[in-house]
Amino acid sequence: MNEKKRDLSVKLGPLELKNPVLAASGTFGYGQEFSHFVDLNLLGGIIVKGISLKPMAGNPPPRIVETPCGMLNAIGLANIGLDNFLKEKLPWLQKMKAAVIVNIYGHSIDEYGAVAAGLKGVEGISAIEVNISCPNVERGGMAFGTDPYVSAQVTEQVLKNSDKPVIVKLSPNVTDIKAVATAVEKAGAHALSLINTLTGMAIDIDARIPKLANVFGGLSGPAIRPVALYMVYQVVRAVHIPVIGMGGIMDYRDALEFLIAGARAIQVGTANFVDKRVTLDIIEGLGRFCEDQEISKIEEIIGTI
Amino acid sequence: MIEQNTEIIFNKKVTTDTFLMRLRSPEIAAEARPGQFVMIQARTGVDPLLRRPFSICGIHEDDGFLILYRVVGRGTAIMSKAREGDILSVLGPLGRGFDLPQKGHKALLVAGGIGIAPLIFFAQTIQNSDLIFMAGYGSASEIVPIEQIGLGNVKVLIATDDGTTGYRGLVTEVLESHLAGPYDNIPTVFSCGPLPMLKRVVTITLDRGIPCQVSLEASMACGLGACQGCAVKSSSKKDQPYYHVCKDGPVFDVYTLDWKSI
Repeated sequence: MNEKKRDLSVKLGPLELKNPVLAASGTFGYGQEFSHFVDLNLLGGIIVKGISLKPMAGNPPPRIVETPCGMLNAIGLANIGLDNFLKEKLPWLQKMKAAVIVNIYGHSIDEYGAVAAGLKGVEGISAIEVNISCPNVERGGMAFGTDPYVSAQVTEQVLKNSDKPVIVKLSPNVTDIKAVATAVEKAGAHALSLINTLTGMAIDIDARIPKLANVFGGLSGPAIRPVALYMVYQVVRAVHIPVIGMGGIMDYRDALEFLIAGARAIQVGTANFVDKRVTLDIIEGLGRFCEDQEISKIEEIIGTI
Repeated sequence: MIEQNTEIIFNKKVTTDTFLMRLRSPEIAAEARPGQFVMIQARTGVDPLLRRPFSICGIHEDDGFLILYRVVGRGTAIMSKAREGDILSVLGPLGRGFDLPQKGHKALLVAGGIGIAPLIFFAQTIQNSDLIFMAGYGSASEIVPIEQIGLGNVKVLIATDDGTTGYRGLVTEVLESHLAGPYDNIPTVFSCGPLPMLKRVVTITLDRGIPCQVSLEASMACGLGACQGCAVKSSSKKDQPYYHVCKDGPVFDVYTLDWKSI
């Protein structure tokens, strides 16, 4: 096989990936959990579980429930906190050849800045992904990402405190995702990733209580893929910065839909729970597809619709 | 811990809604310890999406393992229709199993309904004469015929809610009667079953200062501790506010959990 015949590398502004397949935040732990099944060096990148300034315990259980072709989760952004991440998790990740992208979030705009500042100058981090779908405690718990102005403020605060490429992860729980996308682009974001989970709920009809202790959660899995794909399609046409697509990608064919819609890379989330090696299967599938279609470089496929 | 396609050696109905399935996997059989579990993909499409967790119920001559499951939803209904020779994707063995008692140490096994599955593997492994195995069911028709699982001559004390077989009443009452008398060596209780039963077992053992390990059930997505979906509150305020059933369990020492929140 001629390696040149299937160049899977992609460029997303300042970020270069050896292939367009990234493991999505919150579905791949801190990488190590999956290393028994997946040679992480082969991935385009790993996006670690969302990090906040202080450790967070997360929501009471039940935290997950399966729904048709998908699942709802209300983990509550449980994580070990910035200091523990830098001490306990990052040294292992720094040895990986895959891009390590650190997903961050805050409860206030200042906290976003503080987490970004804590990662400044740290080696072995290729980019920061900013989760703006979490509740803003200064605004009664409304998610930052539902307001274009607040989304832009968060983006500016992270950029001001960071020396790394900044990817902003957009919430789909908005009337017009293009408005948030363009506001975040204007604020200086280097790239966008979308979509985060869609808000939903499920009810236990016998007990007449919500199936999640948190009442609502984020819907993911193949159930959301068509919604995600159309949002990616729209955002790609509304902004000039690179877009990373995600939402229910289960195999390389799903991944190709997002690439053809204009995403320059994709993230695999919920599928990791089901098939531990799915990221590698997708990379192999993309390579085979390029060979079969006589495409020398995967970038030739991007945005061809 | 592996993820592999395994062949069904048999999948047979053992009560009206309970099935015993044997799957071929020398790898999983070699690694499996009592209390550990596997996650099985019930289908080939995307619905139901997630793997289902099942306690390993026994290993068979190192070429395969058994699971015992009750048909409770779509996943298990699909599995119940699978036939000999069909292939299922299995991930396992997963989690932390029971800390097995030392030889000569008395073990009391308390099972409720389908919760008997990991305790069958336990009994198969230790083959200890100092083992008392008690199992509770709603009615005689639900009793799992464990002689079909190849447990040898371990005797099981049965309790049924309606008294159709064995003691009429709860299996926890059988446990209490065993703990009533004076004993030379403090036994350890190993239990798995529905939550109300487990909570009663926990109260009985904590009140008497008797060590107890329980196997918990939870909805799970990844099985590796990565998604943090199967959280259970720990009794420690400082260390770790939540444990994860898939990785820190499914077997827990009762002292380590906050039973008021469970």
